[in-house]
Amino acid sequence: MFKIVRREEMADGTVILNEIEAPLIAKKALPGQFVILKVNEDGERIPLTMAETDPEKGTVTIIYMVVGKSTALFKELQVGDGFQDVIGPLGKATHLEKVGKVICVGGGTGVAVLHPITRGLKDVGNDVTCIIGARNKDLLIIEDLMKSASHDLRVCTDDGSYGHHGFVTDVMKEVLDGGDIKLVVAIGPVPMMKAVSNITKEYNVETLVSLNPIMVDGTGMCGGCRVTVGGETKFACVDGPEFDGHKVDYDELMLRLNAYREEEQKSHDHYCNLRKAK
Amino acid sequence: MVEKAAKKTKTPRVAMPEQDPQIRARNFLEVPTGYTVKMAQEEASRCLQCRKPSCVAGCPVGVDIPGFIDLIAQGDMTGAIRNLWAKNALPAVCGRVCPQESQCEGLCIVGRKGEPVAVGNLERFCADYERENGTGELPPRASSTGKKVAVVGAGPSGLTVAGDLIVKGHDVTVYEAFHKPGGVLVYGIPEFRLPKAIVAQEVNFLERQGVKVECNAVVGRTVSVDELFEQGYDAVYIGVGAGLPRFMNIPGENYVGILSANEYLTRANLMKAYKYPDVDTPIPMGKNVVVLGAGNVAMDSARTAMRLGAENVKIVYRRSREEMPARNAEIHHAEEEGIELFLLTNPTKYLGNESGRLTGMVCLRMELGEPDDSGRRRPVAIEGSEFEIECDLCIVAVGSGANPLLTSETPDMELNRWGNVVTNEATGKTTKKGVWAGGDIVTGAATVILAMGAGREAADSIHDYLELGW
Repeated sequence: MFKIVRREEMADGTVILNEIEAPLIAKKALPGQFVILKVNEDGERIPLTMAETDPEKGTVTIIYMVVGKSTALFKELQVGDGFQDVIGPLGKATHLEKVGKVICVGGGTGVAVLHPITRGLKDVGNDVTCIIGARNKDLLIIEDLMKSASHDLRVCTDDGSYGHHGFVTDVMKEVLDGGDIKLVVAIGPVPMMKAVSNITKEYNVETLVSLNPIMVDGTGMCGGCRVTVGGETKFACVDGPEFDGHKVDYDELMLRLNAYREEEQKSHDHYCNLRKAK
Repeated sequence: MVEKAAKKTKTPRVAMPEQDPQIRARNFLEVPTGYTVKMAQEEASRCLQCRKPSCVAGCPVGVDIPGFIDLIAQGDMTGAIRNLWAKNALPAVCGRVCPQESQCEGLCIVGRKGEPVAVGNLERFCADYERENGTGELPPRASSTGKKVAVVGAGPSGLTVAGDLIVKGHDVTVYEAFHKPGGVLVYGIPEFRLPKAIVAQEVNFLERQGVKVECNAVVGRTVSVDELFEQGYDAVYIGVGAGLPRFMNIPGENYVGILSANEYLTRANLMKAYKYPDVDTPIPMGKNVVVLGAGNVAMDSARTAMRLGAENVKIVYRRSREEMPARNAEIHHAEEEGIELFLLTNPTKYLGNESGRLTGMVCLRMELGEPDDSGRRRPVAIEGSEFEIECDLCIVAVGSGANPLLTSETPDMELNRWGNVVTNEATGKTTKKGVWAGGDIVTGAATVILAMGAGREAADSIHDYLELGW
């Protein structure tokens, strides 16, 4: 069992942080890599990119949004409880290099994934502007962490309840207009990554995105996580999860993410009914 | 003697009872239900007890076939299982999934004039009898050598290595990337061919002998081969399997509803998605299902789709029946269960709708031309023969390549141009000191028993190394 040593609820309880004892993974993990978690014997294997790792303490931290039955079961776990299985670190690590001025753009729980990459880019000597967004103030996560991980943090909310009123892309354009940006890293909902990539393409700025398609094993064995990048099929689990944002076929990715939507809805309803009955 | 032999060849083979095709096509219970003691003894008595048994020569792990069969005939079931264990760590598995018709049974003298002795059925009987009635005794173990061996991959070859080396007194730890040990035996081969409880029992048998199994350990990611040596292992065996699914590389392959057989079977078997939503992993329920390919994995996929409620399941294969790589028994079972064969048919593109879901595929009819590199007649497209097959689920079972996850992180171990590990054929030694490899990562996708045979040879070589040096 992989024990939870710290648990936090964020965004009105829709987003959960778990710090988990996994010393072997914590020792090896690098920014951009993910783990697969399985809650119990009958659980589904869920891939999540790590938000933080502490090799000395031997822990990895994940931050996830509660969206279906599997994450609802994750949410039930308290400090002292544990996941039956945690596998990793998986995927390629982010290539961290000093390039100059960098923008890191995060939306929703993508901000959690963006965190170690932002910090890593800062640590190797880049000038990092970070732009994070959420639908409203209550849904915004890890603002303080992102502030310390970057040189300049800009916050946006769709409804204007906090920070800039509008989308992360508006603020990103302003920063891009300031000139000399060498790299943009964008992690969040697929439509956000698509919008960011469309803009940075106009500015001709290299863009990295981190994808989280449906997968089973996470080791290149099943091919469920196929994404089209630059006209070629790639496996996000071993070739990614990061790809050149200008080359990803986002429309296909969105359709593939919906592959089990009906089944998942049924399963989640079934679970909620059972819980109510209890 | 001659007369007796002639009589035995005329005695029909004792058929193993099977679930009715109509019923079993919709459940996940094992298809053949096993011999009774009486059936097993009757079948065992058909063996001629040849002095130079050719069946043994046909067995990749060299099981003493006449020996264990004779013990069954005498009613000494404990003796029979001990005899099997001496050469085969996984008899319950091999009795079920080995291609006996091209190995032991294919060479059986009784089979020259009649039906061969049912070696596989008898092996299965022995293992099942021990599981259900045995005393739970363990094979004798040599005193501890103090040497540590790491086995990477808990599939058939890795488990064989573990079983062989533990009885020789070495300390063995098996690392498995998945959350359950068994490799292809748990993720690939369906429940109705190899019940997972049996695999668990075989692994438990090794654990009771002292083998340690570490799941969720992705060697190449969680830990590297060099780090295993740093941790004090004296030898490492790599048996990670093939594990890189091939696709057709035709337009539309990323529509929702097109899965590799690896993914489809892993969902169904390892994740038990056939019980969804009682378990949490979903699996696409196709109404009109097409399986591409005609090997055992294709048959397993097709039969799984049928059990998950498909209205029709088609196997689409570009060559003819003669070239189908699956075992005859599997093809026969599939056809009995209502699976259609579309032979000499090759898909050229997938069709989908606006939600990105598969709706069908365009196929070409083929004819056989001159033999190709594999010695099989090359399928040639018949011009203008395009036709459409309607389908909402397509399972691609056209083989697997070498998964580079471990090998790419082990640069000082030589690979061939397909990414398979280069080994000494007789010993399984790789070009990296202290490292052996075997099974599909060396040979490319093959059978369970060949992987076990490679494991057996490597285990002998590892033992020599630990005793005598590289």
